[in-house]
Amino acid sequence: MMYLQIVVTIFIVFILLKLFLQKQKNKISLVAFLIWLLLWFAVLIVFWLPDSTTYLATWLGIGRGADLVVYISILAIFYMIFKIFVRLNKMDEEITKVVREDAIKNVKE
Amino acid sequence: MDIFVVIPAYNEEKRIRQVLNDLSLLPYKIVVVDDASTDNTSEIVATYSNVALLRHKVNRDQGAALQTGNQYVLSKGADLIVHFDADGQFLSKEIADVIRPILEENYDIVFGSRFLDKKSDIPTLKKKVIFPLARLVNRVFLGIKTSDPQSGFRAMTREVAERINIEQDGKAHCSEIMAKAFEYKLKIKEVPITVIYHEFGQSMSHGFKILKDILFSKISK
Repeated sequence: MMYLQIVVTIFIVFILLKLFLQKQKNKISLVAFLIWLLLWFAVLIVFWLPDSTTYLATWLGIGRGADLVVYISILAIFYMIFKIFVRLNKMDEEITKVVREDAIKNVKE
Repeated sequence: MDIFVVIPAYNEEKRIRQVLNDLSLLPYKIVVVDDASTDNTSEIVATYSNVALLRHKVNRDQGAALQTGNQYVLSKGADLIVHFDADGQFLSKEIADVIRPILEENYDIVFGSRFLDKKSDIPTLKKKVIFPLARLVNRVFLGIKTSDPQSGFRAMTREVAERINIEQDGKAHCSEIMAKAFEYKLKIKEVPITVIYHEFGQSMSHGFKILKDILFSKISK
């Protein structure tokens, strides 16, 4: 576990650095910055103190902390896929609208 | 009465000339929507002075092209709109059969059907497997009860075209238009038409894509 913890920590430190840089350049909003910050800190905690998730898991009636992490991750991923799907659909609609308006404006009669 | 024929075209340089030659003999106004073809489709269409040419700068697929055509002809005062294919699989003389119920019997929308008589030589796999499946999907999910589940040959009044906004950019527009026609309780008629199969047309994978588009549109709206 030791090696994995170190690798993950280096990885997260690297991501946090990028996150701070993005915030500094005003490329992400404060809310997005805080959410990502929290998320990566949570990942750090889970990796360094794996037992911490067990408390929450037993409280929720799930046997192991690791299971809880997997459940939450899957839920989060599905939610993100759904958001991306909705967003893509909307972009598709907007592209069609722009292409259509352009076609009608530049008709060759 | 202004009757417009809207033809979506994507890479149809081989066949569209014949389609336009045939249509030019008839008393209809012709509009081609070139859906960002990468061949010479639009150059060929541009040589016809009697044909209006709309060009999509990016390929948006057949449903999107039809809606572009609809919006354009509505702005030109169309009273009746016919959707027709650019690949020569429909017969231009049958447009008269498709619009007749609207002109003479007050129907709102008319769908051409390959199944109402034996004119079309439909490939066996399509006839025995794909279309029965498509009909089932239409019936179960969309409440459509037509003999031809994917008819691309149709005619509608101005009021119908104003009401039915085609939101399915892809091939699922066929089902979408039928579903909306039933949902809005329009006066619907099917008439027999001939379909000439040059190639297989839409394949089984197209069918799955249509199914996927229909299901996705159900959950995302």
